[in-house]
Amino acid sequence: MGKLNFKYSGAFMMLALLIIPLLLNSNYIFGTMIVIGLYTIIVQGLGILMGYAGQVSFGHAAFFGLGAYTAAILTTRFHWPSLAALIVAIVLPGIVAAIIGRQTLKLRELYLALATLGFGIFIHIVFTEGGEITGGPSGISGIPHLGIGRFVLSGDREFYILVWLILVLVLIGIRNLVRSRSGRALCAIRESEYAAENAGIDCVHLKWQAFIFSALLAGLAGGLYAFYVTFISPSPFTFHASVQFVLMAVIGGLGTFWGPLLGAAVVVALSEILKELVPLIIPGAGGEYQIIIYGIILVTLMIYRPQGLSSIGQILRKLSATAVKHH
Amino acid sequence: MGEQLLQLLFSGLTLGGIYSVIALVLVITYKITGILNLALGEFLVLGALLTVTFKTMGMPLIAASLLAMLAVALIAGALERLTVNKVRGASGLTMLIITIGIAIALRGLALLIWGTDTYSLPAFTSSKSIIAGGAALNPQSIWVLLLAGITLIGVNLFFGRTYWGKAVTASVLSPTGARLQGINLSTISLAAFIFSGALATAAGICIGPVTMITYDMGFMLGVKGFIAATIGGLGSVSGAVIGGLILGLLEAYSSGLISSGLNDAISIIILLAVLMIRPEGILGAIRTRRV
Repeated sequence: MGKLNFKYSGAFMMLALLIIPLLLNSNYIFGTMIVIGLYTIIVQGLGILMGYAGQVSFGHAAFFGLGAYTAAILTTRFHWPSLAALIVAIVLPGIVAAIIGRQTLKLRELYLALATLGFGIFIHIVFTEGGEITGGPSGISGIPHLGIGRFVLSGDREFYILVWLILVLVLIGIRNLVRSRSGRALCAIRESEYAAENAGIDCVHLKWQAFIFSALLAGLAGGLYAFYVTFISPSPFTFHASVQFVLMAVIGGLGTFWGPLLGAAVVVALSEILKELVPLIIPGAGGEYQIIIYGIILVTLMIYRPQGLSSIGQILRKLSATAVKHH
Repeated sequence: MGEQLLQLLFSGLTLGGIYSVIALVLVITYKITGILNLALGEFLVLGALLTVTFKTMGMPLIAASLLAMLAVALIAGALERLTVNKVRGASGLTMLIITIGIAIALRGLALLIWGTDTYSLPAFTSSKSIIAGGAALNPQSIWVLLLAGITLIGVNLFFGRTYWGKAVTASVLSPTGARLQGINLSTISLAAFIFSGALATAAGICIGPVTMITYDMGFMLGVKGFIAATIGGLGSVSGAVIGGLILGLLEAYSSGLISSGLNDAISIIILLAVLMIRPEGILGAIRTRRV
């Protein structure tokens, strides 16, 4: 019974999250919600990789960026229709992940962290030094909005609805994936790789698939991002952004279903609040205080709550379960 | 052409010396504590910037350097007590994220105190270049290589000859066995961080006169140290030095002969290549075979 209640309360929360911004109808809210939605898509993939396959990637901003740049280059330089460009923006990061993951996933977790870290820096250099193709440090502007034929999504409101609909589809897909044979095999790897191997699971192959899957999702978010902002530069795709995605996954709670959404929302809200709050407390404070506080929060969380905020999710679950019971 | 190649050899060795020292500190901390400290580059920058500040207060360079080394050693020790020591036994990933958090906070702190300006430190000895074979050698480069050499010899002597060095080696091989012998692992980890803070500062002071110092250069230097350590094999002390020199030379020749904009990209390609072809590093395989 409790489980059933939770299923509905989760869906209910999701529905509320979808509808409230529509009632508020402010472009600031839409913008923030689009960013949270896109980050959640990335962190969902990263969560599968980290929470189930037990691997960490410090290069997911690069897959995000590859998606964004692919969409931007194909539409502005080669005048592809936006939908076709979006499909390539999803597929290409997956292919790249397949190539770099093939060898490195055979190694211990620390080496994949190192390899993805290096890969992330490398791709950022390619964006910055890419000359005319990537537009160098100033980036690419004039990216068209997403659309088919005459139907174009130009408003924040419409784009918000699209992103969150895609997010719902991703969530349903991941729920099914985790419950599938492969998902259960991934869970087994998380518990004990040796035991899983003995049970006949090809761990390396499965980790590889999880890595590719997470890159596809990051590419999807990147493509959508390019069509939303219509201007991209190398700056959102730094190592710092990769760390932020890992942080979101960890804060939300690894291996939990709502964790990525919670993590993305908390980190985005936190940076928005820090931006407003810090100058109020310390007059004349610049961005450096935000960086320091951000670092301290990251360390504190890892020390006192390495399992993430998922316990808050459990509390919410209990609360919503009792609320449903009382009705 | 020959002179240019010699010139690139000099600058490659200088770069390589810097990377070697960072890689050495990284490997030592990793060997002792099992932690890959990504905040090491930030220790270096903090130490160099503190030296600049002490010097502008009127201290002679040597006093300013020693005071900065002491200060960063204390900061590193305090950070170890406040963070790493609290989560002893946590996964490598948790530790890695903690050091990244420390690096972010320290970078913010450096930005807050010193701003985005570039600073420089005076050369230890004459800043006039030595002309050798038609190429100019900066005397500071010799200091950098000397630091790498002294550190390597010192570390080897420490691990091979001293009681404490052997205690540390024992505790790495078998933590439980070492604890039974009365070796305190927590103290060893603290000492490793204090040492890494002091040595990173020394590296920062050595390279100060060669490259300018900015608040945000620590991250890339830390990554280069990582790459050097990976080339050499993450657990090998001599490998770290060799890896650093190889990386420095490859970078100098590739940026001198191909393109300087791709400097960092080339070192990353080397990292990815090593990880894919020979993840145990150049010396790693030899070492395991001997065992």
